[in-house]
Amino acid sequence: MALELKTVKTHKANVRYLEGGKGQPLVFLHGAGGALATDVFINKLAEKYHVYAPLLPGYGDSEECGEIRDMLDFTLHTWDVVEALGLKNPIMVGHSMGGMIAAEMAAIAPHDVTRLGLICPAGLWLDAHPIPDLFATMPFEMPKLLFHDVEAGTKLLTAGLTLSDPKFLQTYLVTNARQMGMAGKILFPVPERGLSERLYRIKAKTVLVWGDSDKLIPPAYAHAFKKGIAGSELVSLPEAGHMVTIEKPDQVIQALGRLG
Amino acid sequence: MKFTWFNLMPWPYLPDDFREKNRSVWVDIDQKLFDPVKSHEVYNTYLDLLEYAAEVGFDAIGCNEHHQNGYGIMPSPNIIAAALARRTKDVGLVVLGNSIALYNPPVRVAEEFAMLDCISGGRLIAGFPVGTSMDTNFCYGQIPALTREKYQEAHDLIIKAWTTREPFAWNGRYTKLRHVNIWPRPIQQPHPPVHIPGGGSVETYDFCLDNTYSYSYLSFSGYIRAKALMDGYWKRVAERNTPDTSPYRAGFAQTICVADTDAEAEKLYKEHVDYFYNRCLHVYPGFADAPGYRTIKTIQTGALSQYAPPVGGYSTLTWKDLTEQGHVIAGSPETVRQRMEELAKSLNVGNIFCLMHVGNMPKEKCMYSTKLFAEKVMPKLRNVFPEYANDERFWCHPIKQVKAGSLPTESKAMEIVGAAR
Repeated sequence: MALELKTVKTHKANVRYLEGGKGQPLVFLHGAGGALATDVFINKLAEKYHVYAPLLPGYGDSEECGEIRDMLDFTLHTWDVVEALGLKNPIMVGHSMGGMIAAEMAAIAPHDVTRLGLICPAGLWLDAHPIPDLFATMPFEMPKLLFHDVEAGTKLLTAGLTLSDPKFLQTYLVTNARQMGMAGKILFPVPERGLSERLYRIKAKTVLVWGDSDKLIPPAYAHAFKKGIAGSELVSLPEAGHMVTIEKPDQVIQALGRLG
Repeated sequence: MKFTWFNLMPWPYLPDDFREKNRSVWVDIDQKLFDPVKSHEVYNTYLDLLEYAAEVGFDAIGCNEHHQNGYGIMPSPNIIAAALARRTKDVGLVVLGNSIALYNPPVRVAEEFAMLDCISGGRLIAGFPVGTSMDTNFCYGQIPALTREKYQEAHDLIIKAWTTREPFAWNGRYTKLRHVNIWPRPIQQPHPPVHIPGGGSVETYDFCLDNTYSYSYLSFSGYIRAKALMDGYWKRVAERNTPDTSPYRAGFAQTICVADTDAEAEKLYKEHVDYFYNRCLHVYPGFADAPGYRTIKTIQTGALSQYAPPVGGYSTLTWKDLTEQGHVIAGSPETVRQRMEELAKSLNVGNIFCLMHVGNMPKEKCMYSTKLFAEKVMPKLRNVFPEYANDERFWCHPIKQVKAGSLPTESKAMEIVGAAR
């Protein structure tokens, strides 16, 4: 069944979200790149779960929300979305920036999240393993940070990109400003907002999923998360980069199955 | 017209293969290329040149603010301005930093600008740039999408601190202060004139018009390419039924090189212009524009960052291209006069920021060009806008100047102390 793009209203914003599938409710929070209805990973998730994938304000065609400024705003906003969707204790899953938000949600309301899936989440900073500056990375440099198979990743990212066309370029820049501008509120200049001091609060059964060849948030961070969240399990996937959801979607879904 | 002699203060020792071996002149420029010992002479020469410009009759001398930048070794414009305030008299001091979103709390800017205004005897012209994305976001870590909101709040706080005569509390989103009560405060009332550097956003046009600030377009690509942007500004001025279209509502930066003849200008200055456009402007495109820094509206107007190089890059531009296309106005005094008049009239701009020191230009050539401009060009351009000759809203208002060196001789001092004992 295809995913549907719908709107739900919270106190602060009209939020666009993808919905589809049957099964246990699962909320999927996208990374800084956003999420499309054609996303293979989300569609595969919907074969097993009733998936809700809200877009952050400014992503896709959703309206921006200037009132969301800092980490607490992002966390409470996403709780508002869960509430507006009428969900109680859904499985919370997030990729990269979405994982950072999901972890914050579980830390701030530990009794409301009992199953947490973090797919190479952002949110920690290790001086010995600095995360590359995504905001200063040119589009053509992205694939080597994001993919294990750089060549395939390049094809995927550059398909349909005609940056030499001024009109296309302008649309591209507007989208980038809306989406990455929003992401920058919690990821710029260093993607860390104090999560390490709050991880101890998480009570959820937690599965961490990481690509072994993640060059953006290297696997050293997997161990830091594992150490910070009591009882968490780590599933490392070989031959996968940061976009492990694209490179190994089935294995990621299988790993999330451990949440029950 | 008002002429401000401007020096970006480029580092003059970038190697010949700088472009090939380095990805950027800015943000992550190689530390090893800066030599602190050599900088002692560079800084003092640049300060001497600014003072020289004041001597030969420029209306103002100017400095700006860049961080981690090979073509601007001036992270603190206030330090430069303080040095100039002491050593000059009667010349305006245009300080086109402080990037006010970067200072915490922003009352620091209100205080330092007040000090500069007091030390200089009311000669300060205060600049409040948002700052480039390189400076503000990549070097100073401001969150791009929140930069403008923070800037706006800092502006409101500074103006209130300058104009309120009793302590007040400030409960801002970015700054909270229980007792704002700056001491000292500026000489110029209600506050020093404010110039706002902008890059084509309607929000900034309106901000200038609402507050009677001068809008400055600080481009390196010259007056011909600036026409579309400045037309946008004047269109907005008209749309808003602004009571006048005074050219002093606008400022423009222009690279200028003067010699005896056009041919001599090319011979003397070509290599330094090359150095600036090919080495100094070599900015890694990833640093040009952090997503969220520019508003959606601004992107939609098509105003791309000026740090995005022209198609093919600057290195393909010859001296002929650079001068004919107006990036650089160069030539004999008469050539320069004609083109400056064309600039002023076509853009309707009264405040000219003259970039007279270019790239790695040695001081002698810079003095020569500066003197020719002051003596043979400036006087002929004084009356381009006669109907606005008395528009002083955007310029400083000095008081009677006290000279540095006011101390009596030691023996005179002892005599006076003795009499008082």
